[in-house]
Amino acid sequence: MPSREVVVGSRIGLHGRPAAIVVRTAAAQPVTVRISTGDRPPVDASSIIAVLSLGAKGGDTVTIEAEGDGADEALDALAEILGRDLDAETADA
Amino acid sequence: MPEALTGLGVSPGRTAGPLYRMAAPPTLPDRVPTVTDREAEIALATKALSYVATVLDERASQVDGTAAEVLSTEAMMAADKTLADAVAAAVGEGRPAAWAITDAVAAQQETFASLGGYFAERAADLADIRDRAVAHLLDEPMPGLPAPGEPYVLAADDLSPADTALLDPASVLAIVTRRGGPTSHTAILARARGLPAVVGCADILSVTDGTAVSVDGTTGQVGPVDPAEVEAIRAEAAKEKERLASLTGPGRTADGHDVPLLLNVGGVGDLTEDAEGVGLFRTEFLFLDRTSAPGVDEQQRVYTELFAALGERKIVVRTLDAGADKPLPFLGLAEEDNPALGVRGLRVARVDRSVLTDQLTAIAGAAAATEAEVWVMAPMVATPAEAAEFAEAVRAAGLPVAGAMVEVPAAAMRANRLLEVVDFVSIGTNDLSQYTMAADRMNGDLADLLDPWQPAVLELVFNCADAGRAVGKSVGICGEAAGDPLLALVFAGMGITSLSMSAASVPAVRAALAAHTLAECERLAAVALDAPDAATARQRVADGAHT
Repeated sequence: MPSREVVVGSRIGLHGRPAAIVVRTAAAQPVTVRISTGDRPPVDASSIIAVLSLGAKGGDTVTIEAEGDGADEALDALAEILGRDLDAETADA
Repeated sequence: MPEALTGLGVSPGRTAGPLYRMAAPPTLPDRVPTVTDREAEIALATKALSYVATVLDERASQVDGTAAEVLSTEAMMAADKTLADAVAAAVGEGRPAAWAITDAVAAQQETFASLGGYFAERAADLADIRDRAVAHLLDEPMPGLPAPGEPYVLAADDLSPADTALLDPASVLAIVTRRGGPTSHTAILARARGLPAVVGCADILSVTDGTAVSVDGTTGQVGPVDPAEVEAIRAEAAKEKERLASLTGPGRTADGHDVPLLLNVGGVGDLTEDAEGVGLFRTEFLFLDRTSAPGVDEQQRVYTELFAALGERKIVVRTLDAGADKPLPFLGLAEEDNPALGVRGLRVARVDRSVLTDQLTAIAGAAAATEAEVWVMAPMVATPAEAAEFAEAVRAAGLPVAGAMVEVPAAAMRANRLLEVVDFVSIGTNDLSQYTMAADRMNGDLADLLDPWQPAVLELVFNCADAGRAVGKSVGICGEAAGDPLLALVFAGMGITSLSMSAASVPAVRAALAAHTLAECERLAAVALDAPDAATARQRVADGAHT
């Protein structure tokens, strides 16, 4: 199954605005993208509660995986979003 | 409402109007109904959750900025499939919709709580989603802000950040809460918005909706009034507010004794034109949400901007006040069972000195580039030795004035020894109350113990003032208590040399000082110190002051 390892670029970690953006991006993909940290079982990246439950901090490495048509494109899109400091991009950060 | 209630006045001002309660969260009936059709029950639960998501999305569209983001993320959580799956599983075990949602939320809250920090705070969002969904399912009033269609006094158990984000200052006249202390979220919000507020008012939720009440955010009194008098009380309060705002100039007693009124600020945005200076600059905001410490250059730029805005006025900079209670990832501090008593404030330098020395270098650079009179003080000083070591570091950085905050009773008791090694002290009444009374400042059930009028706390303040007077050094107050006009008189009478508060509190304090001579303030200080308890101290001083 195609997968990528990505270092979380958002310094505050995957909560608040960064988490919401990641979830919305995952939900917009034609395939299901799953995300995991460490050895824990992967969870649905389009579920905000599942993503928050990862407790991923800025600088942590996460693994994303997907299967089927468009999986590679979906992973590229997610990896790009995950690697950015999404919180720093807000006007009031 | 037969008689007046008393809580803790935390945001000054007086008003009157009908009181409405924020609906309490629904409770599940003791008897659990039997589920006959599980599919239908799952559909009910799903419908309730998607209803909640729709309501939250609607609310998000009515606001902007951070408030909108918080609400739309909460809406996403309500519509979340992980939650929906857990709810369906609970229904599968025979739990009815409202119970299934409650179970699923409780399990998820545990996961969030175990992650700590910001993740743990999302547990409150889940609780809100559960309360709304359960209220919808049980056909009970929706928890949240009332909308009576006229300006009203808001009564609540306590306010969540989501409630306060939506609070419309045009329709809310004042806030009264059952829980919450002087440093609660409610208190901070009310002061920022200039709304009178009373917290820790035990019986406020037993008052019937629509009852006309008067609220005094200075004395903490909430009492029934004749509805016909409401307009007159409001008009009088508005006139009083106008009168206070028209008074200008430095803080000074009627007979010309100066008590500078300074501001507590977190950045340039909190400054006002007529402020005499800054008595507390909290530097934490620069460090929050960072995975590495901000560099000297970045800090110096921010400090320079603030110092420059002050011209030649004074600013007291508090070095980073973080630690186990306000964790910063880059400090790498261990979790503690008792963070308020742990490695925080100046104690962080025991673990990592570079954060302090970098900050002092940045402050010194900004001070050299501007005209402001820059003083620097350390938080959480307990011993004269700690104060001496800090003062040495401040002077080594090229900054001439070093001080210590007095928040620990040990420091207050030995203020004379502290003042042998530092140039000034500044009393943080919020933490001094917490540590003197051994009462967690975030625990709303202990609001009476956290009352800054507690004679034991006042006695420690007096001890500091006395020590300062003996050697001719400054002893200021920078806790929220400085913004209470009556306490300000007491502090001035004790010999406190400056008072620092949020900008909204300045006019009332300025007016109170201008109406009293120093001798009168001294008399009021003696009255307060002599009182047997906090309530009596406040009452006697209120009776003795001219208002």
